[in-house]
Amino acid sequence: MEEMKDAILEYVIEEYVEDEDEVMTYDTPLISGGIVDSFSMVSLKRFLEAKYKISIPDEKASPEAFDTVNKIVELVKEFIG
Amino acid sequence: MGYSDKVRKMYQEQIKGIQDAGIFKQERLIHSSQAADIEVEYPAGSSLKKVINMCANNYLGLSSHPEVVKAAHEGLDSRGYGMSSVRFICGTQDIHNDLEKKVTEFLGTEDTILFPSCMDANAGVFEAILTDEDVMISDRLVHASIIDGIRLCSAMHDTFKHSNMKHLEKKLILHADKRLKVVITDGVFSMDGDTAKLYEMVELCDKYDAMIFVDDSHSTGFIGKTGRGTHEHCGVFGKIDIITTTFGKALGGASGGCVSGRKELVEMCRQKARPYLFSNTMAPVIVAGVLKVLDILSGSTERRDKLEANTEYWRKGLTEAGFVLQPGDTPIVPVMLFNAKLSQDFSKDLYDEGIYAIGFFFPVVPNGKARIRTQISAGHEIHHLDKALEAFIKVGKKYDILGKTKQEIIEKYGL
Ligand SMILES: Cc1ncc(COP(=O)(O)O)c(C=O)c1O
Repeated sequence: MEEMKDAILEYVIEEYVEDEDEVMTYDTPLISGGIVDSFSMVSLKRFLEAKYKISIPDEKASPEAFDTVNKIVELVKEFIG
Repeated sequence: MGYSDKVRKMYQEQIKGIQDAGIFKQERLIHSSQAADIEVEYPAGSSLKKVINMCANNYLGLSSHPEVVKAAHEGLDSRGYGMSSVRFICGTQDIHNDLEKKVTEFLGTEDTILFPSCMDANAGVFEAILTDEDVMISDRLVHASIIDGIRLCSAMHDTFKHSNMKHLEKKLILHADKRLKVVITDGVFSMDGDTAKLYEMVELCDKYDAMIFVDDSHSTGFIGKTGRGTHEHCGVFGKIDIITTTFGKALGGASGGCVSGRKELVEMCRQKARPYLFSNTMAPVIVAGVLKVLDILSGSTERRDKLEANTEYWRKGLTEAGFVLQPGDTPIVPVMLFNAKLSQDFSKDLYDEGIYAIGFFFPVVPNGKARIRTQISAGHEIHHLDKALEAFIKVGKKYDILGKTKQEIIEKYGL
């Protein structure tokens, strides 16, 4: 669990954060906070699918479901089964 | 009655939601032609006010240039008002062809196809040249019309951090297995006024076997020594595979756009791009106007030189007054205020001082990066810029932000 959280947070920082000083937590709002725009969310979805060998249907990959690392973990768990 | 009270109410609520969020857009009516000095009715119903326009894309001051207006009149007289047809049925005149040739020459490309607008060019081009075997890799800050074009195309898409070449290279490596790769960027980014690193991008595209696409809407006519665009400025003239640009900004400002580049790609657009196939192209009167604009710009760099001098003067004035500017050297000069409400109040006070400049805030720009975006024109004279500067300083003093750093402004007003 913790491992998954950290892996996702690490990816988010590497992929999206422009300002190195920005403090990022598992609950930082990514999409509503303007860090990840909904258009660039695709690469995050693709990362999750490849890393956890799952397939997230588009209707489940809503901006709300992707808004924090914690929520993303919930979503991924749902598909890992 | 399909449009029942219930449906109407639903929309009314949505509109109210937009108003409540403070992002409801309202138009201000201009009662004169587009220029540095305009007459505006604002708020609606009030008497006309003479203001200096600091937010038009009229970079070269050609929107109401007498020679352009005259050429448009002549075009109207000789080729009529409308075509009543799309291009490939009976909607193509000799002057459409002439304009495509002239644009090709001006941009230093192989061929050009006109579109009703650059929005249409961007919406149509990707779908016409790519399939689901390909990938589009776009800068995160590209214009909304490019995003629409990407959405309409079945190729995979991915993004890279704004102007971050390391991140772009990573993505090029990640997608090495794709049949075709296209790297997509704006030449000059319209919100920040910064220029894409085209030299580095072309190098990366060569190295990883990718094509490059540049939207030069905020560059064509004035960026680069002879105003050809960012490819001239960055030393990669002739090396951009696809350029899209608009005639709705510096090049007379009426409307219309184009895709210009490798001749096979342009031909694919002619065969397959839907906004080209299913919508009328630019009206003859506009084509005649743009032909004159390109004539003027090919003959002399006077206007872009004046624009460059005006831009330097404006940036220097604002910097010396103690404003925080977004760094850059294009005529898009964003005055950073960070707080959304401050940007709106500031814009309103400027208007009272006779200066028309708009505040931009989330979601148009990232949260906490609200600003007044000023845009300089060759149509501005020094007295316009001096008056605008005076107003900016007066309002800047009122809000006590002159000489303050980003952190100090944020501490004072919040994000
Ligand atoms: C970068 C960019 N591309 C395209 C467009 C659309 O241009 P047009 O008005 O020709 O549709 C704009 C206009 O806002 C723009 O800024």
